[in-house]
Amino acid sequence: MTPKAMWEVPSKPSDSRSRCHAATLRGCVVLAVALVAGCAMGPSREDPFEPSNRVMYQVSDAIDTAVVKPVAQAYVDVVPQPIRAGVSNFFNNIDDMVSAVNDLLQGKLDKLGDDLGRVVLNTGFGLGGIFDLASMIGIERGNEDFGQTFGVWGFPQGPYLYVPLFGPTTVRDGTGTVVRIAVGGPVGYIPNVAVRNSLYGIGAVDLRAQALETSSMIDTAALDRYLFIRNAYLQRRRYLLYDGKPPPEPEEP
Amino acid sequence: MRKFDSVARLRAAAVLLLTSALCAAAPAFAQEAPDAIVKRVASDVLATIKADPAIQAGNEARIREVLEVKLLPNFDFARMTALAMGRNWQAATPEQQKRVTDEFRALLVRTYSGALNNYRNETIDYKPLRMSPADTDVTVRTLVVRATGSPVQIDYSMGKQGDTWKCYDVIVGGVSLVTNYRDEFNNQVKAGGVDGLIKTLADRNKGVAAK
Repeated sequence: MTPKAMWEVPSKPSDSRSRCHAATLRGCVVLAVALVAGCAMGPSREDPFEPSNRVMYQVSDAIDTAVVKPVAQAYVDVVPQPIRAGVSNFFNNIDDMVSAVNDLLQGKLDKLGDDLGRVVLNTGFGLGGIFDLASMIGIERGNEDFGQTFGVWGFPQGPYLYVPLFGPTTVRDGTGTVVRIAVGGPVGYIPNVAVRNSLYGIGAVDLRAQALETSSMIDTAALDRYLFIRNAYLQRRRYLLYDGKPPPEPEEP
Repeated sequence: MRKFDSVARLRAAAVLLLTSALCAAAPAFAQEAPDAIVKRVASDVLATIKADPAIQAGNEARIREVLEVKLLPNFDFARMTALAMGRNWQAATPEQQKRVTDEFRALLVRTYSGALNNYRNETIDYKPLRMSPADTDVTVRTLVVRATGSPVQIDYSMGKQGDTWKCYDVIVGGVSLVTNYRDEFNNQVKAGGVDGLIKTLADRNKGVAAK
């Protein structure tokens, strides 16, 4: 949930498990205008909506401090580490399936092999993904998502957006998340509504819990947390888009 | 006979390999390679932290002491600060440059010692470094494997200074520390000049919360 700059949590860039939406649609509508206007705006060309994004960030931060963070902290305090690791692995395994789909959409066949291998191994021998056997033998996660696929296909990043309870995104990544939600996943096929919703809830808490150390680091390091999170998010996404080998950024004039 | 042959050939190959490895390593004796520095310093700091009961009990002052002695001499904080400030670095007086550097250094040390407080049995894989003897700027790549969660790639940008190498940027999972501060520093200078930046950094170091 939020704030979750990607500083130290590489596995979950644009979070497949959270939900957001309206802002993305609004973003699409104004995308063209913003891209034109953005060119003249110098340093904040990636964030033309900074004033409203900052308000969203404040709202989000207040909810996080009051509710989300305490819940995540309680989860870490109460649930033993091996069980939490199993929960993370279970949801990561689902993300690996999504990653495999995106490997295919991007034509990255070597990554596709790795991700499919991971899913088969972890689902079959790792008790439905609770144990990450694939990582133990060194098969790295593909970490692909729909936002990156759109980037590979040449869609522009679009303005940066901060969505309450969801966190940092861009028009491109947010659109990817909408697609991800539409595609669904194995949890969506669980017929019992209570079980299904509990799993979604646990998934969300797990994400925020994984970001606890990162968010406390940001509290120490940042002069302006909004900017710190924005810059870390955009750097991280760029790095993922280029599979860990981003070209040097053009120098600012 | 065939079997003996292959054993002998293996031995010859091993001797050759060893000799060439020694030849390749010879210049490194005169001057420690950047990846060797990263590996030595990281192993040393982490081993010290693991072995120190005060640190294990959560004593942050002691962590800072260890960092001060073992880690920080390998960083070029003036260069980091100059990169984070961009054009504003040139516009600042030498006195201002020194004060920003000192405050930025203190902020990074506070952050880093807090992060090390959470250190639990991570292991570090060092990726092989390809460099030519003439290089003066290299990136040493490492992968930190954690008990839970995915591995994190941490890269160190190293610049040559005389006979040794100093780190001027740390890139965690693709996020460059120096780049990340650029907008923040720029905004501070725009709002309150270089002295405004110094004041904000100093306030943060005194524990005043960020906005």
